[in-house]
Amino acid sequence: MKYDIVIVGAGVVGTSIAYSLIPYDVSVLLLDKNNDVAMGATRANSAIIHAGYDPRPGTLMARLNVEGNRLCEKLCSDLSVPFKRCGSLVLAFSEEEKSTLQELFERGVKNGVPDLRILDAAELRKLEPEIGEEAVAALYAPSAGIVNPWELCLAQAEVFVRNGGIFESNAEVTGIVQEKDTYIIETSKGTFEASIVILACGIQADTVHGLIAKPDFQIVPTRGEYFLLDKSEGGKVSHVIFQCPNELGKGVLVAPTVHGNMICGPTSEVLKEDIEDTATTSAKLAEIKSKAARSVGNISWRDNVRNFSGIRANSTADDFIIREIPGNKGIFEAAGIKSPGLASSPAIGPYMVELLKSNGVVLTEKKVGYDMTRKKIHFRDMSNEERAKLVASDPAYGRIVCRCEGVTEGEIRDALESPIPPCSLDAVKRRAGTGMGRCQGGFCGPRIVEMMIAQSESSACPCGSKKLPPTYLSILQDAEGSNLFFTRQTEVES
Amino acid sequence: MRSYDIVVIGGGPAGLAAAKSAYENGCHSVLLIERETRLGGILNQCIHNGFGLAHFGEELTGPEYAYRAMVELQETASGVEILLDTFVMEITPDKTIYAMNKKDGYFEISAKAIILAMGCREKARGALAIPGTRPAGVMTAGLAQHYVNIDGYMVGRKVVILGSGDIGLIMARRMVLEGARVLACIEIAPQPGGLARNITQCLEDYGIPLYLRQTVTAIHGKERLTGITVSEVDENYTPIPGTEREIECDTLLLSCGLIPENELSRKAGLVIDPKTGGPFASGSLETSVPGIFACGNVLHVHDLADNVTKEAIEAGRAAALFVGGEKKTTSKEAIDNPKVFPRKVVKPVEETKPETSDDGAYGVRRMTCIICPRGCQLSVVLSDPPVVSGNSCPRGEEYAIAEVTHPMRTLTTTIRVRYEDGHIGRISVKSKGEIPKEKLFELAAKIHHTILDAPVQVGDEVLPGVLATSAT
Repeated sequence: MKYDIVIVGAGVVGTSIAYSLIPYDVSVLLLDKNNDVAMGATRANSAIIHAGYDPRPGTLMARLNVEGNRLCEKLCSDLSVPFKRCGSLVLAFSEEEKSTLQELFERGVKNGVPDLRILDAAELRKLEPEIGEEAVAALYAPSAGIVNPWELCLAQAEVFVRNGGIFESNAEVTGIVQEKDTYIIETSKGTFEASIVILACGIQADTVHGLIAKPDFQIVPTRGEYFLLDKSEGGKVSHVIFQCPNELGKGVLVAPTVHGNMICGPTSEVLKEDIEDTATTSAKLAEIKSKAARSVGNISWRDNVRNFSGIRANSTADDFIIREIPGNKGIFEAAGIKSPGLASSPAIGPYMVELLKSNGVVLTEKKVGYDMTRKKIHFRDMSNEERAKLVASDPAYGRIVCRCEGVTEGEIRDALESPIPPCSLDAVKRRAGTGMGRCQGGFCGPRIVEMMIAQSESSACPCGSKKLPPTYLSILQDAEGSNLFFTRQTEVES
Repeated sequence: MRSYDIVVIGGGPAGLAAAKSAYENGCHSVLLIERETRLGGILNQCIHNGFGLAHFGEELTGPEYAYRAMVELQETASGVEILLDTFVMEITPDKTIYAMNKKDGYFEISAKAIILAMGCREKARGALAIPGTRPAGVMTAGLAQHYVNIDGYMVGRKVVILGSGDIGLIMARRMVLEGARVLACIEIAPQPGGLARNITQCLEDYGIPLYLRQTVTAIHGKERLTGITVSEVDENYTPIPGTEREIECDTLLLSCGLIPENELSRKAGLVIDPKTGGPFASGSLETSVPGIFACGNVLHVHDLADNVTKEAIEAGRAAALFVGGEKKTTSKEAIDNPKVFPRKVVKPVEETKPETSDDGAYGVRRMTCIICPRGCQLSVVLSDPPVVSGNSCPRGEEYAIAEVTHPMRTLTTTIRVRYEDGHIGRISVKSKGEIPKEKLFELAAKIHHTILDAPVQVGDEVLPGVLATSAT
């Protein structure tokens, strides 16, 4: 079968494009080399919807950031994705840094960021009592927000699939060949054909571009490490707290998360050899501690839940690269989607649709109905009355499986039956929010494994014709190869 | 709204004993709430022996201890109501409990007194902030224990244990008996964290080296763990640069301490003692909120289940007195005059060098007695007959003599059971009494190759010389 459009890369950018194409009468295939969506920068970042005062005025980044920020609230509400417009503060620790705030303020106004204000020390402390002593002023951007980035990505992908879109995981693109008006996309999972190809390949953007033409940009994979602290620390700040960029670097942020935790980071380190090396290092973790302490003095690092790192797709270009690849009619790309990529993503999909249209791709509106919304139960966020009603209607929501995060058996069942079924414990985590808390899956892990095995025994494997062996040996922690269990050598199977 | 005089939260050793004690002390309106589908709490996965000497007067495995505690509760306090598979969502300071389960839905309970017995949890990787990659194969020892003992899943082949807490030591032995290689146990402190007898019977028995004053400073491997970096630490537990070495392994089990699980307590407004991680409690185990009591590992982490039971009996009694109006307390008591729990005294490990008896005629062996948790340090002069010193009881002498002539051990493991519907489950078993140490693997292999038919009761001799310690 030949698709009208193939999108390569199922991060928050690729899925935004897939989602934005739902209203049109085109067949769309979304490919990813990993075993799930949201496996690159989307799964590991600061989870901030920036207000938009950072990018240089007049750039695509500035425009899409402010536009994405504006779109995010409705998008998340349509998709049942946690989002909170909590506002952000950029701290100035000295008089010199105050002038940086002024610059940012003016840039923000030019970019169209609403309601920006510079706060003096007293106003700042009224807003954030726990702020460090050194802070003398702050730029306040009420429109900044926080989001669950992988759920935003996943929700768009799920709705895309529910509306007839196709998602293929474990399909790494190895070649793109043009034959007349058809592009043949060779992947590790076979060959696919399409009229239009859209690349949204994150840190692989230059490599995949290179399969077609010599790229005129390079990705500069930049690793950022983080601390994610327990909910006991989550209430310490209620805004995203940035530091002024200075001669020592960009500083780190301290922010609440939509799950009620506190996040601190990121560091910045260009990866030279293994561009997918998401290790953390003691040196960088120590750097976060010392830098974050300037913003918020009394962070209890003992209450750390998880360290992780994510890799940003910085590039040698000074703006996002969203275009039809010159000289390659029908191949489009969204490359170098660096920060504020997440914040811009809700606007990147619609922008790509307009770009397709203006480059002669015929997109007619679907005649049949479609539904751009998703309903998802977040038991934890419900009132007692809502919970009582829900459990009465479906007893599966009456059993808590993940005790740290208060996730019910019903929510895990929903995840297992979702349009893009999870194939690992971490994939369940991304869908249901299990194992994100202080015990990191220590208690709920075995229960979820049990549910996954029961599910795989009761249904054929969703990812292909081959049925998964219904055994614990196939249970993955995360990516392919991350098997949790071994055979018991001491037993003779009978 | 349902109402009870006393609601006990948690059905492990603390909750079982507290409910029984409250009932026996005259309070006949007692509800016990347990989140799992069976009582016993974490004891159910602790299939090893070493429990019960103090409370039951004999050595039991975890499941046997839980079974005995349940039988005791049923026999002497049969009026205690039990809600299984029920999760407490919230406790308010006025002692309203929000709970839910599949059968009754989401409901409220009011109580005159509450006894908290939720136990504790393990420190996970995050709390230790170990840098490196995030592959599969890094997990807490207790999680591995659940996977291996309850589910029957093998979690690793080449294993390193970080931390020498008792669960880690017990899992080191368990993994060896399951066919894994345990390469090392690494402890940051100058002395092991677990009981001395577990060092002997879990590490030394199997030749597993214990490295003190060292820690894991990096984790390697993308999908599955491929190795770790281990470094020596200085007196502040800071890794010393230049001392790094790599160990190739596929599994790292963390046994680095336990934390009382007090999320409900915090919501109820209890003041938490930063030293223990549990709530402040008065001499009668009442917390800073009048009528809310706490016992067991939710209060402070205990070394032994027997001590948990003992404390829970006190809490049950105090709660019954509170409900009966016999004792009025103020919330200030827990804060102003908190009960101080004894901290474990750990002695640094002494270097053992070959010694001889005073007259130089015989060699001397030093050993830790494994008969009870006390872990007496024994000396045996290798004369004929051997002469034992350092023991506090006759059993210590018997142990030491056996140890130098024909060492004996109890084997604990699991066995497969085929149920009527054909599915294969797993129950725990132990050797009937001690067996010669060199026969451990032989018996373990025999057990591993057997599949029993359900039903099996606790105490059944399922194979010659093998007793079931849990039931189907």
